[in-house]
Amino acid sequence: MADLETHDFDVIVVGAGGAGLRAAIEAQAQGARTAVICKSLLGKAHTVMAEGGIAASMGNVWSEDNWQVHFRDTMRGGKMLNNWRMAQLHAQEAPDRVLELEEWGALFDRTKEGLISQRDFGGHRYARLAHVGDRTGLEMIRTLQQRAVSQGMAVFMECKVHKLILDEGRVAGALAYWRETGRFVLFRAKAVILATGGIGKAWQVTSNSWEYTGDGHSLALSTGADLIDMEFVQFHPTGMVWPPSVRGILVTESVRGDGGVLRNTDGKRFMFDYIPEVFAAETADSEAEADRWYEDHINNRRPPELLPRDEVARAINSEVKAGRGTEHGGVYLDIASRRSADFIRRRLPSMYHQFKELADVDITATPFEIGPTCHYVMGGVKVDADTAQSTIPGLYAAGEVAGGMHGSNRLGGNSLGDLLVFGRRAGLAAAEYAQGLGAAPQVADSEVDRLTAEALDPFNRTTGENPYSLQYELQDTMHKLVGIIRVRSELEEAIEKVGQLKERAKNVAVEGHRQFNPGWHLALDLESLLTVSEAVARCALLREESRGGHTRDDFPSTSGYWSKINNTIHRDSTGETTITQEPLPEMPDELKALFEEPAK
Amino acid sequence: MTDVSTDSPRSASKGPDMVNMQVWRGDASGGDFKLYEVEYREGEVVLDVIHRIQATQANDLGVRWNCKAGKCGSCSAEINGLPRLMCMTRMSTFEPGQDITVAPMKTFPVMKDLVTDVSFNYEMAKRIPAFQPKPKDADGKRRMAQRDVERSQEFRKCIECFMCQNVCHVIRDHDENKVHFAGPRFLMRIAELEMHPHDTGDRIPLAREELGLPYCNITKCCTEVCPEHIHITDNALIPMKERVVDRYFDPITRLGRAIRRKR
Repeated sequence: MADLETHDFDVIVVGAGGAGLRAAIEAQAQGARTAVICKSLLGKAHTVMAEGGIAASMGNVWSEDNWQVHFRDTMRGGKMLNNWRMAQLHAQEAPDRVLELEEWGALFDRTKEGLISQRDFGGHRYARLAHVGDRTGLEMIRTLQQRAVSQGMAVFMECKVHKLILDEGRVAGALAYWRETGRFVLFRAKAVILATGGIGKAWQVTSNSWEYTGDGHSLALSTGADLIDMEFVQFHPTGMVWPPSVRGILVTESVRGDGGVLRNTDGKRFMFDYIPEVFAAETADSEAEADRWYEDHINNRRPPELLPRDEVARAINSEVKAGRGTEHGGVYLDIASRRSADFIRRRLPSMYHQFKELADVDITATPFEIGPTCHYVMGGVKVDADTAQSTIPGLYAAGEVAGGMHGSNRLGGNSLGDLLVFGRRAGLAAAEYAQGLGAAPQVADSEVDRLTAEALDPFNRTTGENPYSLQYELQDTMHKLVGIIRVRSELEEAIEKVGQLKERAKNVAVEGHRQFNPGWHLALDLESLLTVSEAVARCALLREESRGGHTRDDFPSTSGYWSKINNTIHRDSTGETTITQEPLPEMPDELKALFEEPAK
Repeated sequence: MTDVSTDSPRSASKGPDMVNMQVWRGDASGGDFKLYEVEYREGEVVLDVIHRIQATQANDLGVRWNCKAGKCGSCSAEINGLPRLMCMTRMSTFEPGQDITVAPMKTFPVMKDLVTDVSFNYEMAKRIPAFQPKPKDADGKRRMAQRDVERSQEFRKCIECFMCQNVCHVIRDHDENKVHFAGPRFLMRIAELEMHPHDTGDRIPLAREELGLPYCNITKCCTEVCPEHIHITDNALIPMKERVVDRYFDPITRLGRAIRRKR
C-alpha cells in the first residue's frame, strides 16, 4: 500500500467506448472531476466495429417517423420484455444525441436535401439509421474521443480495473493495474460508471474483440449489484464462417437492407419459409413484392431477410441443420448477383474492403458463407432507467453492460443510440450524486492489500493451468452447449463444466513478469468470463420458453408467465449467487395504447 | 478470436503447415528476434499465428490487438520489414517455407515485445483545436451536400494505426523532430477540419508554424502504408501545402491583401 499510485476523482468511468466516453463528457461538463479508465488505447474500443448506424426518429427520410413508432419497434423487437422506460427514453432522446455528435464534428452521410441521411434496418418500420457508410461506430468513437480530448479529459489508457471497492455499501473507488508495467493504481472515487461492454469472448465464434470478457458484469455482481436477463445473448445471423481469418466477423445487416438475400445450397431464397405469424402482415410473401420494396416502401411489404435478427438466425440454423448449409456450416449471403459492383462498393465500402483484404473474398463477385456469431448481450446490470444507477449507491452502468433496454432481443441500430442516451444520463446522474455526497467514502488499506495479493497469486505458482487453455475450454463449452439453440440437458452439462473450470481457474499459473503480460491479464479476466458464463447458463436453464435471443428446443413457444418476468441475479456477501424471478415494470396505459393501433 | 484451436471441423479441407516465425522479444533495455516454429492453416493471417504462439509457446508474448478485423488499428507491426496490420496480412501472401519476421514499429519506443509506446500520437492530438461549427440554419438544422462532406469523410476513415507516422522519415530517422512535427495522421486531421463544410476555425498557421507541415516533402510513404487506402499525400497534405502557399506566398493574394489594406 505504501508506494501505491493513487488518484482522487468524483467520477471514474470504466471503459472508453461510446457509452463510457459519452458518460465522461457529460460528468465533466457538469463540473465533476472525471477520469476514463480503459483496457486498450483510446479510440480502439469495440464501438469502432459498429457498422450500420444510429437509430433515431429524426424523420429526415420518412417524415411519418417519430419516437412513438421507434419505441414500439424497440419493444416489439425485444418481445415486450424491455424496460419500457428505457425504451421510451431511448426513442425520445436518440435524435438529440445524433445532432449533438454533428455539433462535435461528426460527418454523417447526407440526404439530397443535405440533412443527415437515414437507412433501413431490420425491425425498424422506417429508414431511421443515421450512418457514415458502414463505419458509423468509428465515426462515433472518433467524434467522442476528440470531444473528450478537447475537454482535457483525464484518460488512463491500457489500465484495467481489477476490483471495485465499497465503503458502507457505497462506491469508494477501484483498484486497477497498468497493463504496461503490471503496477497497481488506486482510484478513490465517489461514483463509478461501468461502461465495459459485453461478454462475447466466452464463446468461440464471436464478432467481439478481446476486451469483451464481461468485466463490468462481474464487477457489478461481485460488489452486490444485481444483473438481469443474462439468458438473452444475441447471435448475429450473419457472421462470416469462412475463411478462418474472418470467422465471426459481422456482415452488416445493411447488406440485406441494400438488397442482399440469403440462399441455401439449393440456391433457394429460404427466408420466405420462416415468416412468423406476428410479422406476416408487414412482410412480403413473394420475391416479386420483396424486390419492389427497395424502391417503393409504401405499396410493398418488407423482404423477409429484414426480419428481426433472432428470426433470421433461427432460420439459418434450421437450414444448416436440415443439411442445406455450406461445408463450413453456413448459408450464402448473395448481393453480388443482385446489385452492381459499383453500387456495392459505394454503399458498403468498408465491408467490401475488409473482406477483400482480410480474406481475399470479393463480395461484389460471389456470394459468401455466413452463419450465426455471438454478437451482443441484452442482459446486464439492473439499472434505474432515468439515472442508470445500479442497485448499489454510486455505481452506474451504461451501454451494453446495462440490462433492460433491449429486452430479449436488440434491434440493429439501437445499440449506438443506447450508448449515447444512457451514457449521457449516467454521466449526469453520477456527477450529481458525487457532488451531493458529503465526505468522500473511505478506502481501507487492508482491502487494497488483500486485492493486490490476490491478483498476483498466479505468479506464485510454478505449475498450474494455462489460462489460454482454460479460456479455450470455456469458449468451446459455451459454443456447444449455450449457443443459439438451447436444451435442458446441455445447459445442465454446461453449468457443471463451468463449475469445474471455476475450480481449475483457482490454480492458473502464468510465466514471465508483470510487464505487459497477456497471459496474466487473461488469468485475471477468466474470473469475469466464468462469472458471466455461469450467469447465462443458469438463467437460460430457468427460462422455460423461447423468446428473442433465448431459444429453447424443449420449450419452443413463448410463455405467458415468463412474458412478465426478469431473471434477477444477486450475489451475497458470502459469495452465494441466487437467481430470483422479479416482475417486469408495468407499462403505463398511454404507452400500452401504442400497441393497439393496427399495423399499417 | 483467440482460438487456441488446432483444428476446426469447418476448416478440415487442409491440414496444418509449419512456419518459422522470428518474433522480436524484449523491452526498452533491448531484445532480439526469437524463433518460433509454429503451425498455420489455410485462410489464416499473421495475427492468428502470433496468437497461437502466445497460447502454446509464450503466454507472456506482448502484442496489442482488439478487433482482428482491420477496424481498430491496434496490431501494427513490421512484418518482413514492411509496416502492416497483423490482422490484415494473410499467411497465403508468403512463399511456403519462407521465414517471417515480426518486429515492433520502429518509430516508437518499445514497451515490450511487439508493443510500442505510441503516446506521441495522443499528445499531438491534444494540440489540434477541435471542430468549430458555424451557426445552424434558421430551422435548427445543418445542411451539407454529400459531395462536400466526402472530402473530410475520406480522412475520417483513419483507424489510427499510426503506421503513417511510423514510416514518415521526418520522425522515423529523426527523433528530435517529434517536438515540432505532428506527422501525416495529424496534419491530415487538420486538413479534415479545414475541409469540413461547417468548420470556421483556421489551423493553417498552426500547421505551418508549429506542427511541421513544411517538413513533409511528399514522398508518399504514408499513403503507401495506409490500410484504409486514404490518399493522405494527394488529398490532405498537398492541398494543405497549397493553402499555405496561397496564404503566405502567392503574389496575387499578397497584392490583393495589400490593395485591400490600402482601402
